[in-house]
Amino acid sequence: MERTGAQIVWETILKEGIDVVFGYPGGAILPTYDAMPAYPIRHVLVRHEQAAAHMAEGWARATGKVGVCIATSGPGATNLVTGLANAMMDSIPVVAITGQVATSLLGGDAFQETDVTGVTLPITKYNYLITDINDLPEAMAEAFYIARTGRPGPVLVDICKDVQTAKIDWHYPEKLTRPGLVKPLRQEANAVAAATELINGASRPLILAGHGVQMGGAQAELVELAERAQIPVVTTLLGLGVIPEQHPLSLGMGGMHGEAATNHAVQECDVLIAVGMRFDDRITGRLDRFAPKAKVIHFELDPSEVGKNVRPTVTVLGDCKQTLGEVLPGIQPRTHEEWLATVRGWQDTTYASDIANQEVDELIPPFVMRQLWHATQGDCLVVTDVGQHQMWEAQYFTHMRPGQLLTSGGLGTMGFGLPAAIGAKMGKPEEIVWAIVGDGGFQMTLQELATIVQEKVAVKIGIINNGFLGMVRQWQQLFYEKRYAGTPMLSPDYMKLAEAYGIPSERVTKNEDVAPAIQRANAYDGPYLVEFRVKEEVNVYPMVAPGAAVGDMIRRPGPAIVQGYSGVQPSW
Amino acid sequence: MKHTVVAWMEDRPGVLTRVASLFRRRGFNIESLAVGHSETPGISRMTFVVDGDERMVDQAVKQLEKQIDVTRVEDVTDKPVVVRELALVRVQTTTQTRAEIMQIVDIYRAQIVDVALDSLIIQAVGTEDRVDSLLELLNHYGIREMVRTGRVAITRGRATLQSAPANGTVVKRNGRKMGI
Repeated sequence: MERTGAQIVWETILKEGIDVVFGYPGGAILPTYDAMPAYPIRHVLVRHEQAAAHMAEGWARATGKVGVCIATSGPGATNLVTGLANAMMDSIPVVAITGQVATSLLGGDAFQETDVTGVTLPITKYNYLITDINDLPEAMAEAFYIARTGRPGPVLVDICKDVQTAKIDWHYPEKLTRPGLVKPLRQEANAVAAATELINGASRPLILAGHGVQMGGAQAELVELAERAQIPVVTTLLGLGVIPEQHPLSLGMGGMHGEAATNHAVQECDVLIAVGMRFDDRITGRLDRFAPKAKVIHFELDPSEVGKNVRPTVTVLGDCKQTLGEVLPGIQPRTHEEWLATVRGWQDTTYASDIANQEVDELIPPFVMRQLWHATQGDCLVVTDVGQHQMWEAQYFTHMRPGQLLTSGGLGTMGFGLPAAIGAKMGKPEEIVWAIVGDGGFQMTLQELATIVQEKVAVKIGIINNGFLGMVRQWQQLFYEKRYAGTPMLSPDYMKLAEAYGIPSERVTKNEDVAPAIQRANAYDGPYLVEFRVKEEVNVYPMVAPGAAVGDMIRRPGPAIVQGYSGVQPSW
Repeated sequence: MKHTVVAWMEDRPGVLTRVASLFRRRGFNIESLAVGHSETPGISRMTFVVDGDERMVDQAVKQLEKQIDVTRVEDVTDKPVVVRELALVRVQTTTQTRAEIMQIVDIYRAQIVDVALDSLIIQAVGTEDRVDSLLELLNHYGIREMVRTGRVAITRGRATLQSAPANGTVVKRNGRKMGI
């Protein structure tokens, strides 16, 4: 079949079973846009390319497929950069298609020319500059393969304008032949046996589960391991939901803003079973004092993550669904009564000292998160931005299934929330999708309100407005003697803003109005915006100061701040 | 400790940038790097020397192995290997020193590849130590110009180190296959 380069792009996207792309047209990508209407693909016109990348990420996280974003050369492509870096850090499968100036102009500083493969080299899993139509069919097919295979990530294909119009005899490459696409794992011969033995011999075992469990679809194996040997489970931020947080063995999120009981468990365990996680500094705190009593078993797909931060005693390489499945038959049933009693003791102490007799006199963000959970019966997707509200969501929303929370973990990208929620809602239209954003992050990408309206995306937006860049302010309060340089933040009138876009909205300032507002938003057939005017200068606790051991937490100063942890949430 | 690592990679545009960018970003101390064709058409072979602790070397190998263009990486430090480096040196000469220098060149089994009235170009091949020691002697006479290739390595005896087959079928080595 004779096809142009542009047609090959769309044909390959269709072959991948993808029917939505997020993009913004421009000169160098015009031939590809020109070919688009002939294909059953929905194009979502964003208002800024960064949002196209975040929408593709949200869509990919919600559907499990590869998200596609598309932009023109130069500024179009450079605007994708933040989204690609985010996808790289959080292992999200994304393919970015960018136009490039014609091959005859390449390297001559032509109009809207940028060395996009050069710029994105360290923030993509792989990238291509296509200057010859004969290279395009393989490159397109490989791009999707690389994005979704092994540890997923972003791949960029930069296509010269004349390649998009060039024609060849095309057929979809059924077999990919590049030698570097598949690599053998250097698995220790007795890895599974050694892991099994260590787990069976543990007296204070603990599971630390990450995003890899969700991506590998290994929730069932993980929960079975936990239940059979009665091992409590701590998760990372991106691992929230891989075990239902109401499960008696779930301890919720650990790390910088993990609960005291959770971090104590990490510091006191004798065998730490890390599954699909990479020992990020936000989870370990000070590395040389992390889990000091533990032998570590690391179940991991990416060999380069093994020994990077924490050197494990036993390493089990591979897809964790498979490797956990291999370990399970050898796991002996255990009760670990003493250990579990100790953990419960820590939980009870935290509850008694921090949660009981707490009052919610003013509107505080944790209360909003809790009410969101109540109002949806925990049955919705929450997409957060980055900052205090993100941590409060992680602490107070009880995640019951994997993928329920979509958030920017590794890169901490403000501005991620709203566009990612749009992508998630388009990927999962049957779900209620809440974008929970701060006043800072929302103002970074609020231009996408127009996309919501144009594309009729029924996403619910909750703005936690505290008049500050809250997390930065918290650091200034705790570590910079309250010098609030650059953190007080003015917001527009969000209701007028919503009105300008034609989105119904309301403002909540009192506790009793929170639940009804969330219910009205949920019931409304379309996008809906709620601004929560919350108390200013509230901090996220507990907190592990940067450079401190994960067991050394700044605890909540007094009863004014309400706190709870999964499993033992406050009564409200 | 210094490690000698051999890596095979597809001969594609940008592959060197990719490797160099990786080394820079992760802060690996690369002492030398030599790259050229391997026995397989389309596959380049790179030898590099990384100076660092176990963790750094382990990371250098694994991060490199993760690259799509890279087909195989081996740390050959503890393997029996033939290691060589080539140096070209222009040494200042006078009628008095020329004979002396030629003797030294003989002893080191180096070669004189060009002669001018006031200088000689010497080609030395050997281990770095050997090349270093020759250079130290020659320095006495005045080295005007010098270029060294960096270390290249190949295993001794019957053990061969070949690039992974270029046809895409992957040999299963003590473990299961994985996608990158």
